[in-house]
Amino acid sequence: MKISMERGALLKAVAQAQSVVERRNTIPILANVLIEAEGDTVSFRATDLDIEVVDKTNAQVERAGATTVGAVTLHEIVRKLPDGALVQLSDDGASGRLTVEAGRSNFSLATLPKEDFPVMANSEYESNFAAPAPVLRRLFDKSKFAISTEETRYYLNGVYMHVADSDGGQVLRCVATDGHRLARIDADLPEGAAGMPGVIVPRKTVGELRKLLEDDEVEIAVSLSETKIRFATPEITLTSKVIDGTFPDYTRVIPAGNTRKLEVDASEFAQAVDRVATVSSERSRAVKLALDEDRLILSVNAPDSGAAEEELAVAYGDERLEIGFNAKYLLEIASQVDRENAVFMFNSAGDPTLMREGNDQSAIYVVMPMRV
Amino acid sequence: MPATRLKRHRIVRRGKEAYHPPMPALCRDCLTQFEDGNRCPSCNSPRVRSHPELFDLTIAHMDCDAFYASVEKRDNPELRDKPVIIGGGRRGVVSTACYIARIRGVKSAMPMFKALKLCPDAVIVRGRMSTYVEVSKQVRALMEELTPAIEPLSLDEAFMDLSGTAKLHGAPPAVMLARLTRRMKDEIGITGSIGLSHNKFLAKVASDLDKPRGFSVIGKAETDAFLRDKPVRMIWGIGPAGQASLDKAGIRTFSDLLRWDRRDLHARFGSMGDRLYHLARGEDRRRVSAHSPMKSISNETTFHDDTNDPDILDGHIWRMAEKVSDRAKAKGLAGRVVTLKLKRANHSLLTRRTSLRDATQMADRIYRTARDLFDQTPDSGPYRLLGVGISDLTKDTEADLSGDLLDPEAAKRTDAERAADEIRKKFGADAIIKGRALR
Repeated sequence: MKISMERGALLKAVAQAQSVVERRNTIPILANVLIEAEGDTVSFRATDLDIEVVDKTNAQVERAGATTVGAVTLHEIVRKLPDGALVQLSDDGASGRLTVEAGRSNFSLATLPKEDFPVMANSEYESNFAAPAPVLRRLFDKSKFAISTEETRYYLNGVYMHVADSDGGQVLRCVATDGHRLARIDADLPEGAAGMPGVIVPRKTVGELRKLLEDDEVEIAVSLSETKIRFATPEITLTSKVIDGTFPDYTRVIPAGNTRKLEVDASEFAQAVDRVATVSSERSRAVKLALDEDRLILSVNAPDSGAAEEELAVAYGDERLEIGFNAKYLLEIASQVDRENAVFMFNSAGDPTLMREGNDQSAIYVVMPMRV
Repeated sequence: MPATRLKRHRIVRRGKEAYHPPMPALCRDCLTQFEDGNRCPSCNSPRVRSHPELFDLTIAHMDCDAFYASVEKRDNPELRDKPVIIGGGRRGVVSTACYIARIRGVKSAMPMFKALKLCPDAVIVRGRMSTYVEVSKQVRALMEELTPAIEPLSLDEAFMDLSGTAKLHGAPPAVMLARLTRRMKDEIGITGSIGLSHNKFLAKVASDLDKPRGFSVIGKAETDAFLRDKPVRMIWGIGPAGQASLDKAGIRTFSDLLRWDRRDLHARFGSMGDRLYHLARGEDRRRVSAHSPMKSISNETTFHDDTNDPDILDGHIWRMAEKVSDRAKAKGLAGRVVTLKLKRANHSLLTRRTSLRDATQMADRIYRTARDLFDQTPDSGPYRLLGVGISDLTKDTEADLSGDLLDPEAAKRTDAERAADEIRKKFGADAIIKGRALR
């Protein structure tokens, strides 16, 4: 194999591959990226056995062939090469080394046989549809903060993507929760998605997917089966197993009868929460919200370190209410609001609170209060 | 004529052995320091402790004698010459027996009916915990005059490190300790026994050698010879289960332990093996520390028969979770990490742990988390031991603050548990239990 590529294009392809590779590997081949050159394209393939990413890119292929080489090392080398450099990758097939040449730099890297590389089996996908990158970006960006890290609840370690009924129609919906907060984000149902199975997309896959969604103009081809999901752009194909578990019935978690409405400027609110939480040294910083006739008093009382209080002018017309939250959770949901005011719907100090942006029902958040 | 007595004694000893250097001695009644002799040269008391390293050793363990019973006798002089047993109540076991009752064979933790069979004339007194706490505080105050390095183990015993205090007090630690027990008797009206040595392990062993009103010394030079034939169950922390597993390895005495290689001990007993290796050599580097913050709370149980029955194991998980929770609640602590420990029939260990989003002290949550960990264990047993613990501890004011969206019943269960705790506080620990606990 012998190929030449511009440094920038190579870096992009290798970067995607090396981020899939697990840092600590017990199986050496899993630390490698499989490089395959044919015609005028080169593909870079990496896997952790749950996720596989393939990045196809144009290159000058002088001699077709394939080999595998340490993904992290190759990425580091390419990253350190000067911008605009022409990089040549070549192996003679006999020495077991891959030569990387750029200008006066010359590297010789150990390889492993391409036959040992575990290529993810092709599977039948039941459902195929295309969605614009910004739509998927919104669905996952606004939900991923609520993904659980608790290993005993492995079925919460991802975003539940499925088709749901909403206002008589169907929507493509992403839900994530860790039992303390929940995000439910809806998008128009793309053509062809109606019969898709509901799947739990693992956290790591959500992270990798994000890199495919930077370009607003790109259409993402989504393919699903009960066990796998695939996202593809013309260059990059990301295939992932989905979490084998049942996502809990989240609909009963979303409060329908909360009537006490607070409307507040989201960024003012977030900044105030952030400020008062500073005095608390505890890990779960509790912020108390005291609501009264168009007035919100945020306060933190940490016996060991101090106390803080801040008043905000808000729209609130219900009876007096005091309720506590984890400051971090409040900040996270408040930062999801980008256009209009944040609308909070409370019931009592012990019940889940609902938050949405203005009257927009397509993105709602639920957060559990805490004792203060 | 104390001088003559002293002289005569010396001659006798010299006749028996070859010459030995004068041995430092201390009168425990009048605190006179002298050299050699069985009686005090100034007050003629026989309560003398002599030892070659007497004035060099600095680590002490003070253990009150039949503490609860002594307090009762102090407060009710009629009881003084009678066998007194503290206990009764709910479970009907002996909590403390005075020395008169002990002579008749009554022991702590013995069922009350058995104790009464041995000692029908015993006076049974229900404990007055608040009084004991008060007396313990007074003893503690006296100890604090000796050193700030005090590590209480319970109401009636504590380690003290008196290193470097000789200059300050103008007397070596042994003298100050003898003075401490004298003041305890004079000012508080209870007695205690002192163990003095060069580390905590040996100090604790020593205090038990000469009870009541004892003062025992284990010096550096005699450590090996002292330990050699002693049973290993003497080590604090080795209970019946530990003893059983040591028995299986053929370890009964410290000399048995000495034959073991450090690696082998570690392989067989884990970190306890390392400790055993050092203790067998009389080495114990743990410091006497007043502020050793608790790092974890855990309970474990060894089964009578190895089992892999999920129902039985579930019952054990619940009971262990409840014990851990009780202790955490008593100390006002909560943990962010829940650990499940399983020991297979072949003694190999399996530990699983998980972090919670916020700390807990509730038996229900500890149990559910441990149960999840158990369900995710691919191993199928059988097991001989099960343990549950919490770590990454925090104050309970920071715990269980928030409910679970996905488990709306959790709040109700928490309320039920708090209510049950109140009931148990009032009517005893067995007043209300879960059906699960009976499995």
